[in-house]
Amino acid sequence: MLKRTALFDEHVRLGGRMVDFGGWELPVQYTGIIDEHLACRGAAGLFDVSHMGEFHVEGPSAAAFLDFAVTNHVSKTAVGQAQYNVLCHPSGGIVDDLVIYRRADDRFLVVVNASNTDKDFKHFQGLLNDNRSRFSGLKLENHSAEYTQIAVQGPKAEAILQKLTETRLSDIKTYRFAEGKVCGSITAILARTGYTGEDGFEVYCPWKDGPTVWKALIEAGTPMGLKPCGLGARDTLRTEMKYPLYGHELADETNPLEAGLGWVVKFDKGDFVGRGPLEKIKAAGPARKLVGLEVLDRGIPRQGYRVLTADGREALGVLTSGTQSPSLKKAIGIAYVRADHAAAGTDVSVEIRGTPVKAKIVPTPFVNQKK
Amino acid sequence: MRFPKEYKYTQDHEWARVEGKTVTVGITDHAQSSLGDVVFLELPKVGRTLKKGEAFGVVESVKAVSDLYSPVDGKVIEVHSDLVDDPGTINKEPHDGGWLVKIELTSADGAAHLMDAAAYEKLVASL
Repeated sequence: MLKRTALFDEHVRLGGRMVDFGGWELPVQYTGIIDEHLACRGAAGLFDVSHMGEFHVEGPSAAAFLDFAVTNHVSKTAVGQAQYNVLCHPSGGIVDDLVIYRRADDRFLVVVNASNTDKDFKHFQGLLNDNRSRFSGLKLENHSAEYTQIAVQGPKAEAILQKLTETRLSDIKTYRFAEGKVCGSITAILARTGYTGEDGFEVYCPWKDGPTVWKALIEAGTPMGLKPCGLGARDTLRTEMKYPLYGHELADETNPLEAGLGWVVKFDKGDFVGRGPLEKIKAAGPARKLVGLEVLDRGIPRQGYRVLTADGREALGVLTSGTQSPSLKKAIGIAYVRADHAAAGTDVSVEIRGTPVKAKIVPTPFVNQKK
Repeated sequence: MRFPKEYKYTQDHEWARVEGKTVTVGITDHAQSSLGDVVFLELPKVGRTLKKGEAFGVVESVKAVSDLYSPVDGKVIEVHSDLVDDPGTINKEPHDGGWLVKIELTSADGAAHLMDAAAYEKLVASL
């Protein structure tokens, strides 16, 4: 039996095409992926991301525990700050990527990928059980079933969400959040975070209040061009930003340094899980790197296709994601390639149905590059 | 969802319009709707001989890659090459403007093995 979010009936009402996504019944699209994608880039997109997992980590040793468990420097965050993080195995391989929200000095909300929720929770529990004395008084709880999470993303996102809340959203900077009320009395975390490359917010509210908040956002946003967006547009939007997705760019066998996530691996803090192997990889330089590429001849790169040298004779790596970019109208892909062929500008080819097709490593993100 | 009565259909969701020895082929309304926005098309060359069920091309949407299968034994006599530059037409007009190839029948069996509209509609309803 597939799991449903609190917004299931809303998706059906809006004509969403429901699919099985890691055990969750969610809309892959409503009107069409391209239409939804462009609405998000041009005005605003509304996403049900309630399938994500939410853990509470609380207690006097919470910050120290998270510093030990994940790669980024959690204890350096201020209350009201969110931080992108990687959870690693002792080998340095990636258990998951996640966002940690500091709600108080000793209280954190940890948001993980839906399909990894059980795996991640067991991983955290294992770390705690093995280090009980070090992190005494720590409370680790899985509250995934209690949250509805709705993302409103795009240049109009702030104006739309502002209609639902008295919290002054312009005061919330990127990767910061506030706890306030929406639609009158519904308690919510209003976070300036997201997965689209656009400005926008992720709203966490109680599960049962999801439909009220969703409908209010549709009502407030539709006149400004907001459209509900399915998983399809979520994927093309994040691909255009080269944001990694677990199961594509990230896996138990990949490490954060080759994935281009070295910026969230902080060796200047104390010991953390995976530190030893990651230090060695950093010293030697990763053997392969995650790059963006553009196909120059006809063809769309897809996950699993091989990346070859420009002459097609030698294998260089493999595609982890690929699509026709709705914003650029170009075929783009994300791939792991040998480090000596990873520089932007390198000519390569992608093997599409047995034929090498001309491609080039390009700078990323593919869109929204800072001038 | 449309199921034009005068067309024949395959289990792979292609339609075939049979006029004498010429069979025009496209993908069905159901197929285009399942695929979503079509963004890429690869079609065969004129003159290629095809067996019934043989892959003759590829259609890709933003999300998915799908092979195109010949509904009949025959030879490709015309290719809708303009469509390659505007594959979105397949979403808008799957049964007419979105036609893909014309095939000249070579086997005696012709198109007799294909489903009629009622049978195909039943198949789609069962999915």
